[in-house]
Amino acid sequence: MDIIRIKESIRKSARALYRSLPLILGTILLVSLMLALIPKSFYLKIFTNNQILDPLIGSFIGSVSAGNPLVSYIIGGELLKQGISLLAVISFIVAWVTVGIIQLPAESFMLGKKFAIIRNISAFILAILVAVATVLILGVFS
Amino acid sequence: MMKEKLKDINKAWYFLMIVLLGYIILFCVNKESFFLTIDTFISILTKIIPIFILVFVLMAITNYFITPKFISKHIETDKGIKKWVFAVVGGILSTGPIYMWYPLLADLREKGLSNGLIACFLYNRAVKIPLIPLMIIYFKWQLVIVLTFVMILASLIQGFLINKFTREEKQNENSNSI
Repeated sequence: MDIIRIKESIRKSARALYRSLPLILGTILLVSLMLALIPKSFYLKIFTNNQILDPLIGSFIGSVSAGNPLVSYIIGGELLKQGISLLAVISFIVAWVTVGIIQLPAESFMLGKKFAIIRNISAFILAILVAVATVLILGVFS
Repeated sequence: MMKEKLKDINKAWYFLMIVLLGYIILFCVNKESFFLTIDTFISILTKIIPIFILVFVLMAITNYFITPKFISKHIETDKGIKKWVFAVVGGILSTGPIYMWYPLLADLREKGLSNGLIACFLYNRAVKIPLIPLMIIYFKWQLVIVLTFVMILASLIQGFLINKFTREEKQNENSNSI
């Protein structure tokens, strides 16, 4: 073990984390604001029971939401119980964890604006495609 | 170069200040919601601190062992599939909020990790092994298995697409500069 290299590695990591500190703190503050101000019942009011529109709505709502995926499973389970389509619910929970509109400023800053935009747009579309593929596969095997 | 870096750092602080301004407005408009938000913030922060330490340790380890020389050697010698398997497994096993991993990924990209692999890693963070039992409670186990499989597949598709887009972009930039 090279002590100088260890020190240098620690210094480099500390510098990188210090640079991202305002973004991490800002993102946590923004996520807290959304979690505290948007009630869970809000999500139940926005679906239309349209098979084409609902997955889009699901993916959109999942994209602008943030927080523990656990919350998305709870809301998704409730939505299913309310009669919302499986396509919409899967789009919603997948977009919740794969698209990060709230984290976009942090992602753009750290990984580049173009990368962040392409990644989030493709994740939005993929959330719908993943839902369609999952429902189709489940339909074939059931 | 140094000026640009300083500009970026300032932008990050501006972002924090704008969010804090939102909190000040909320405090003036609705004190109850403000304190509710602060409670949520503290609970998230306390959960995040151990992950922050873990990320710092992982960054220090990667900085020590994974040098640009090491990466370039492996990028040249490792077979393609190995790298993708690394991104998939790494994404699934990583914990904590997505934004905690940005500094490490940015660092790894500087060492040569492709955009597609970073996107693949980030997508696989959506597959949460500790939460699978809970997911099975809300949805059926068949759905959980199929969804997990389809999501891993989607992560690879996204990775390939992003590699293609960013590579084409780089090529265009190179040809323009020539």
